Amino acid sequence: MASTSYKVIGTRPIRHDGTDKVTGRAQFGADIQLSGMLFGAILRSPHAHARIKSIDISQAESYPGVHAVVTGTDLPEQQQKVAHLGEGDVNLYHLSQNVLARQKVLYKGHAVAAVAADDIHIAQEATQLINVEYEVLPPVLDVLEAMQDEAPVLNDDVRTDSMAGEESKDPTNVAKHYFYEKGNIEKGFEAAHVVIEREYRTSTVHQGYIEPHNATALWNQDGQITIWTSTQGSFMVRQQMADLLKLPESRIKVVPMEIGGGFGGKISVYLQPVAALLSKKSGRPVKLVMDRASVFEATGPTPGSYIRVKMGADREGKLTAAEAYVAFEAGGFPGSPVVCACMCIFACYDVPHGRINGYDVCVNKPRSNAYRAPGSTHAAFAAESVVDEICERLEMDPVEFRLKNAAQEGTRRVDGVQFARIGMKETVEAIRDSEHWKSSLEGKYRGRGIASGFWFNVGLKSSVTAMLAADGTVSLLEGSTDIGGTRASLSMQLAETLGIAAEDIKPAVVDTDSVGYNDVTGGSRVTFSTGIAVHNAGLEMRRQLIERVANIWEVKVEDVQYEDGKVRGPGGKEFTFRELAAKIHATGEPITVKGTSGSENQAGAFGTHCVDVEVDPETGKVDVLRYTIAQDCGTAIHPAYVEGQMQGGAAQGIGWALNEEYVYDEHGAMRNATFLDYRIPTCCDLPMMDTIIVEVPDPQHPFGVRGVGEVPIAPPPAALVAAIYQAVGVRMRELPASPPRLLHQILQR
Amino acid sequence: MVPLVYIPPLLKSLTNGQEIVEVSGKNVREVIQAVEAIYPGFAARICDGDDLRSGLAVTVGTKLATNGLREVVDTDSEVHFLPAISGG
Repeated sequence: MASTSYKVIGTRPIRHDGTDKVTGRAQFGADIQLSGMLFGAILRSPHAHARIKSIDISQAESYPGVHAVVTGTDLPEQQQKVAHLGEGDVNLYHLSQNVLARQKVLYKGHAVAAVAADDIHIAQEATQLINVEYEVLPPVLDVLEAMQDEAPVLNDDVRTDSMAGEESKDPTNVAKHYFYEKGNIEKGFEAAHVVIEREYRTSTVHQGYIEPHNATALWNQDGQITIWTSTQGSFMVRQQMADLLKLPESRIKVVPMEIGGGFGGKISVYLQPVAALLSKKSGRPVKLVMDRASVFEATGPTPGSYIRVKMGADREGKLTAAEAYVAFEAGGFPGSPVVCACMCIFACYDVPHGRINGYDVCVNKPRSNAYRAPGSTHAAFAAESVVDEICERLEMDPVEFRLKNAAQEGTRRVDGVQFARIGMKETVEAIRDSEHWKSSLEGKYRGRGIASGFWFNVGLKSSVTAMLAADGTVSLLEGSTDIGGTRASLSMQLAETLGIAAEDIKPAVVDTDSVGYNDVTGGSRVTFSTGIAVHNAGLEMRRQLIERVANIWEVKVEDVQYEDGKVRGPGGKEFTFRELAAKIHATGEPITVKGTSGSENQAGAFGTHCVDVEVDPETGKVDVLRYTIAQDCGTAIHPAYVEGQMQGGAAQGIGWALNEEYVYDEHGAMRNATFLDYRIPTCCDLPMMDTIIVEVPDPQHPFGVRGVGEVPIAPPPAALVAAIYQAVGVRMRELPASPPRLLHQILQR
Repeated sequence: MVPLVYIPPLLKSLTNGQEIVEVSGKNVREVIQAVEAIYPGFAARICDGDDLRSGLAVTVGTKLATNGLREVVDTDSEVHFLPAISGG
């Protein structure tokens, strides 16, 4: 790690929200209890693809204990309009149809109607009294099948859109086409000594957050709406609610509750508008909480994919060309992260000639959503697996290959953009120099793999308010939902700026009426961007304190210095921060400052992972023996949280690689919508993962912060399949490399 | 020196295959207008009224522009038009 002169940054204070979390006092969305509150239940489609002919709610409405029933017709009609959500856009027509279906249901679990009743049991019983007449249509579940001309078309309004305009006149499942090109791809492959072309498949995978979606709404008689919910972006919920309900944002207040995981899956709204409609109809607050099956079947997982990659290298192991065809299953509505996959797929390397085609394709699965470095894991699995084969063909050390081809500052990606200061090469060097890589791996059916990954990281907008208290503490109001320890990382940045202890900052994540605008907690942006806002607030507080002290001492402002949590003036005058805070209220106005950010961009983040596995050739089970993560984290504000992010991302990537998948039957019904059957890794499945924090500070942040949350999920699948190949000689080109699938390949060998 | 506008590959049909177009302009709007003057039809694919098309982002140099069409372009800047991305 880089050595710095920081006093707070780089230390490991106890998290500010720790006590509430470990004592169970932290308030999550499902904990909300309001006077007169009703409980809601959702009726969901039993079919993967069907036309809704009619919905009869009369029996449910008259059921004792029922106070309101709503369907899609209770939502205002939407035109084809795109709403800008800061990070990403959303088609409001599709979003509204996803919240409550009108003409068609596009996946099993698609919400059709909702009931509010005195208790959850009555509500659930009443949903069964809603009579929906369906015309069942054939589903299409596979991305390549959905692209065929004869495939059932999900959305009549979808045409293939690209930067060149509409590429299709008739309705189609192919919603988007992306295309990137750099240099002369044919020339690049002609110069290659080795060319490898392979096809890869990944399954639909869920983020697996433990806390289900929830929303409690109160539509007050004065027209004001309050929503208590688990979300990654309270301001995004407010905006989506306003757009969907066609109300001004000022009528809506969103209170973000503690969040039990999101990973990209808690940005879109599902229950919030429905709870609001039920509250409006019933005149009472209404709480909706999903069960696990609904979370799997009706919220946005990361899409399944088909990727074809072709890469070439010369005799010395220098890449000459790279080409990819990437097709993602968007789910029922367009909007998969295929574009991110296209822009990530060769980003780790300096590729002189490249071409990438990407397709966003509708299938009868839930509308996909972001999942930690969306699209990058799929992309890394394919590209890094081809790199591993090139290394084998060239008999070249995979570390040496990566060092020879690593993207650096100034490298131009295939999509055209040049990198700023990045640390790809440094992560490979860190693995090369690690005790893990230097150690020997012995034993039968054991293998070692390595892979790298990239994620952009974003900046976007944040606002905070800081208030000085007379006891020398500072309250920090922020609007960025704390998913990964950002209350601590932001408090530490404010403490560092003010020269006080992290424990003297009192952070709180507040509602949308109580702090300025904040973009979503996503894109690994909060410690970076909200951190800049916090730093700006700290600088402003320092400025005001200097002014106040100059007034107290009756000296010029220029004669007062703020340093290390103290103010010093002429003649040896000095106040500590705490002493000064005690004088503030007696000498003038309270000190309340704000800080904002929004014009800064992050440089991307890279990680390189190394893994040892042992494969049981009789069962196909893979045991992860040892795992090391090297990641460029910029300046690590709270190293323990940085390590936690690296380990958590890798754990999810391991689950994706070895076990996790949606299993569908031929009717499009998910057959494993429980955590018993959808197998995420537990602590029993994973070794303690070693972390190497590589610090290449991002010059665009005052402390050099670089987002850390997303990139660690990208390399694991490619690293694991490389290790499996070393262990048993089988190249897995379809994820997950689960025991039955791997055993099948071993037996076929 | 003048700004270099990287033409998105799918729009190279509008620029006779030109990958990079050198035009003058103090901000992204002026740069787009300058390309439009040489290659009509370009602006319609990039802009929607007085804004970038939805789902589109612009980078100037290595930085994602946060001021849209008003983003200042230096004489040695590269300008790229890319799809907007989102994270998790």
